[in-house]
Amino acid sequence: MSAAAITTVRPVDRTPRTGLLNGPFLTIELRRLLRNRRTVIFTLIMPPVFFLIFGTADMYTTQSVGNGNVTAFIMVSMALYGAMLATTSGGASVSVERSQGWTRQLRLTPLRPSTYVFTKVLVAMVMGLAAVVVVAIVGLASGATGDAGALAASLGLAWVGSVVFAAFGLFMGYLLPAENVMQILGPVLALLAFAGGLFVPLGDGLFADIAKMVPTYGLAEIVRAPLTGETPSIWAVVNVVGWAAVFVGGAAWRFRRDTARV
Amino acid sequence: MTFTDTLPTPAPAGPGPLAIDLRGLHKSFGTVRAVDGIDLAIAPGEVVAFLGPNGAGKTTTIDMLLGLARPDSGSVSVLGLDPNRAIAEGRVSAVMQSGGLLKDLTVGETVELTASFFRASRSVGEVLARAGIADIADRKVGKCSGGQQQRLRFALALLPDPDVIVLDEPTTGMDVEGRRDFWTALRTDASRGRTILFATHYLEEADAYADRIVLVSHGRIVADGSAAQVKNLASGRLVTATLPDVTVAQTAALEAIPGVQSVELRKDRLLVRTSDSDGVARHLLTATAASDIEITARGLEDAFLALTGDTQGSAA
Repeated sequence: MSAAAITTVRPVDRTPRTGLLNGPFLTIELRRLLRNRRTVIFTLIMPPVFFLIFGTADMYTTQSVGNGNVTAFIMVSMALYGAMLATTSGGASVSVERSQGWTRQLRLTPLRPSTYVFTKVLVAMVMGLAAVVVVAIVGLASGATGDAGALAASLGLAWVGSVVFAAFGLFMGYLLPAENVMQILGPVLALLAFAGGLFVPLGDGLFADIAKMVPTYGLAEIVRAPLTGETPSIWAVVNVVGWAAVFVGGAAWRFRRDTARV
Repeated sequence: MTFTDTLPTPAPAGPGPLAIDLRGLHKSFGTVRAVDGIDLAIAPGEVVAFLGPNGAGKTTTIDMLLGLARPDSGSVSVLGLDPNRAIAEGRVSAVMQSGGLLKDLTVGETVELTASFFRASRSVGEVLARAGIADIADRKVGKCSGGQQQRLRFALALLPDPDVIVLDEPTTGMDVEGRRDFWTALRTDASRGRTILFATHYLEEADAYADRIVLVSHGRIVADGSAAQVKNLASGRLVTATLPDVTVAQTAALEAIPGVQSVELRKDRLLVRTSDSDGVARHLLTATAASDIEITARGLEDAFLALTGDTQGSAA
């Protein structure tokens, strides 16, 4: 029996797929996301509800923060909170897939780990966009007003900036062994949102100084800048860049360990 | 006991490389030597059982074969390629023991998703049909039985139309019917010329579905031969009888009976290891004064233990 006789003739292109984008993978991941009721409730329903509780007092709709009213200010804060929740949980979903052995199974396919991570981030960003849009619709329908360009810029920054939290989610997803890592990250994010001044203004004092260090602080300031008309401080930029470096670096480090041959 | 019928390394008949070529593989975890010097050459088209008790080093060997683990020393080559390369090209695929499936996907989605990882693959419908799960394509993976999940893993392994399929204890946790269906699907597929290596600790599975059995114990290959040879090894029986004042002529007569592997005397109790217990019993009852004859089957574990002891004794 010769090797030629048993290897059936099939001219198959066996070179692995290249490129980071895999359409069917992205589609199925998005479908999975929408099927996950808990994620949908936490990221698409909670932020607008918080907005309605905190942001729609009569006083807020008449008070200006520069290029918009206080209600709009609270709206973009909640949009950032929603985007943060969505992207963190999107990134952290790798932990569930690791615990189910899926990432190991993927190593038995030609899928490149970079495509896997890229797709996870992309899906997280789509969910983040949905969270921003939902808060924006509810906000604009319940009294948030302001300069259209400023509102769009703030909402856009909330979405784009939330990519930092996709990296945070990935890092935590690779770091924490827990199957329900979001039960840990949910409260952490709420705390970060408080400390970053997303729920209530920080004012002055020791707490406000400490708050300048948390990962939400810089992002919140940058996101609100178009609405308030103030230029973000250098500290806000340093904060965002610094935390982004920590999260991306941490995710890359854990990711490499996860895919290494042992 | 001697069982040294190790097959000669099959020389590849054509210019093509061996399907699987493991040389001097070693892998330790701390002080535990999981794999302690495995050499294995499998020619294209062979169906080989990797048989051994739990903890023999089967899974560790398979992990190294698939590039999931790095050997401490030794080399691995699949179809002449580095294992990661062979996987990336879809030339080898694997069915792992457990896990590796997302519970919230349906069976069909899992196959569709995995197919998207390959540049070219068999169709989703085809592999579902060949694995015998076309009827449950819409079922959530988390709601599938262990056997159905295993056939799903098999369907995934068929997607790239690989030259080599490696299966690690594929029927663990399946009922008898599920087991039979699984092997029927696999065996049908093997007739297409694919090379198959499967790990198992069931002698019956190795016997029924493999052309060649590689027996591993304590991280080493202790026997390598045809299914019949290894089966014979484990199917031997022990005949014991009380026979006072055994003469040399009597033991010689016993040893001359076809199938007898060894004759041992403990005081006036005679122990005969044989593959033909009927012949020994007939001889003892008709030609000697033996009484209290007992015939016991020797289990696979006994065979493993005997083999391991022998190998280590002769290797030392």
